[in-house]
Amino acid sequence: MSRIHVTTTINGEAAEFLCDAGETLLDVLRDRLGLTGSKEGCGTGDCGACSVVLDGRLVCACLVLGAEAEGRTVGTIEGMTTGEALHPLQRKFLEHAALQCGICTPGFLVAAKALLERTPDPTEEEARYWLAGNLCRCTGYDKIIRAVLDAAAEMREAH
Amino acid sequence: MHYVSPTTTDEAVRILSSAPGACRIVAGGTDLLVQMRSGMPEADTLLDIKRIGGLREIARDDGGWRIGAAVSGAELGEHAELVGEWPGVVEAVNLIGSTQIQGRATMAGNLCNASPAADSVPALVAANAVVRVVGPEGVRDVPVLDIPAGPGKTTLKRGEFVSSIYLPAKTGQSGDAYLRFIPRTEMDIAVVGCAVWLAFDAAGTCTEARVALGAVGPKVILAEEAARALVGTRIDEPALDALVAACSAAARPIADKRGTVAFRTHVAGVLARRAALIAKNRAGGAA
Ligand SMILES: Cc1cc2nc3c(=O)[nH]c(=O)nc-3n(C[C@H](O)[C@H](O)[C@H](O)COP(=O)(O)OP(=O)(O)OC[C@H]3O[C@@H](n4cnc5c(N)ncnc54)[C@H](O)[C@@H]3O)c2cc1C
Ligand code: FES
Ligand code: FES
Repeated sequence: MSRIHVTTTINGEAAEFLCDAGETLLDVLRDRLGLTGSKEGCGTGDCGACSVVLDGRLVCACLVLGAEAEGRTVGTIEGMTTGEALHPLQRKFLEHAALQCGICTPGFLVAAKALLERTPDPTEEEARYWLAGNLCRCTGYDKIIRAVLDAAAEMREAH
Repeated sequence: MHYVSPTTTDEAVRILSSAPGACRIVAGGTDLLVQMRSGMPEADTLLDIKRIGGLREIARDDGGWRIGAAVSGAELGEHAELVGEWPGVVEAVNLIGSTQIQGRATMAGNLCNASPAADSVPALVAANAVVRVVGPEGVRDVPVLDIPAGPGKTTLKRGEFVSSIYLPAKTGQSGDAYLRFIPRTEMDIAVVGCAVWLAFDAAGTCTEARVALGAVGPKVILAEEAARALVGTRIDEPALDALVAACSAAARPIADKRGTVAFRTHVAGVLARRAALIAKNRAGGAA
């Protein structure tokens, strides 16, 4: 079986890879491109640990085919920082102790960033609904929500 | 396994009717990729419809809306004019999964996956939506009710696929609503779903009604008796009581870990009453 050659943009940089027809974007990112920040919690769209942004839309990379990335843009957790400085969301997650084992964290950060880009001043309810597809087995969510709302406040002030 | 992403419907139909082995359509992939992971269904070719011209568009058509088969739930929810005219349909689609799932899931995929619990399907049936099917013999328009055949089965023939779904022009005083019961507020599959569409005359009398039930039968149910209970009334208490009784009578649920027959039958009526009141309110002037 011949592999599919895919040319795409990942975190602003041109990228190319070979993949099989049935291979998911998550497997491509992790196993072919070494971008292991996106996690596989379930592989069935339930946990959000694999959250990435595809052409501006928050999606589960485990439910996207690698071949679909042809000509599209993909944003992963690896593109969250600019240089050495952490993104405000990353800092606030640390300050609020919004993570324990950390498996869910990349997904929460990617999803929260997508939220704040379209809703800079979310209510707690909006944040909770937006993040309902991100599961965490450790924190109980409250610290995550506090961290997101605090980061949102800081980012609004910076503007 | 092969992956193809044609750019025209003609090309897609040609591949669909001539590719050796099983050819599966990929829209949002939120059902298909989960099924592929569990080993079913067998697929030799994956046909991605998202690059076909026009399939990602929401367009005005003869007073109504033509919604391309590859339009995602998120795109529908962001279309203010469409939400204004068909709030029930859009809220049903937007109930599907999470933000991440909304970024991908399509209404046509929800329909063609043919789950008895599919959220958008009762709303589409209540809205009297028409499905455009393309295939080797050309184009045919099919009432949405006729697409699902039973759990996991559709009436689509070999080589056919859905290219768009049409929502009719909104008539004067009309409104629609969809409600489902799930044990939590997000990320769950409907135990019962109910959609109601109502139209009124200037005096506030209901002139037309369509009521559809989901997850209480092998496929969506158009509850015609329930609609008859509303027509000619002002959706007052006696009419609502008759609606509740007719919906419970129309429900043919199974019992499973998600709900008993008695519970589902009861909830079908409860949701119908609430959805009817929301639809009436949305129709305006008739409150
Ligand atoms: C975490 C999670 C939560 C979910 N929650 C819900 C929920 O709350 N309610 C609900 O109803 N569903 C839910 N679903 C199921 C699923 O997301 C929906 O059914 C969705 O609308 C499917 O659309 P899709 O575009 O992703 O379909 P796909 O997976 O691309 O396709 C589904 C099926 O339909 C076929 N198909 C797709 N498009 C066409 C077409 N145009 N013509 C012919 N055949 C076609 C495919 O071959 C496949 O068999 C959930 C799924 C996940 C993973
Ligand atoms: S790994 Fe993709 S949603 Fe869980
Ligand atoms: S920190 Fe462990 S799953 Fe969230």
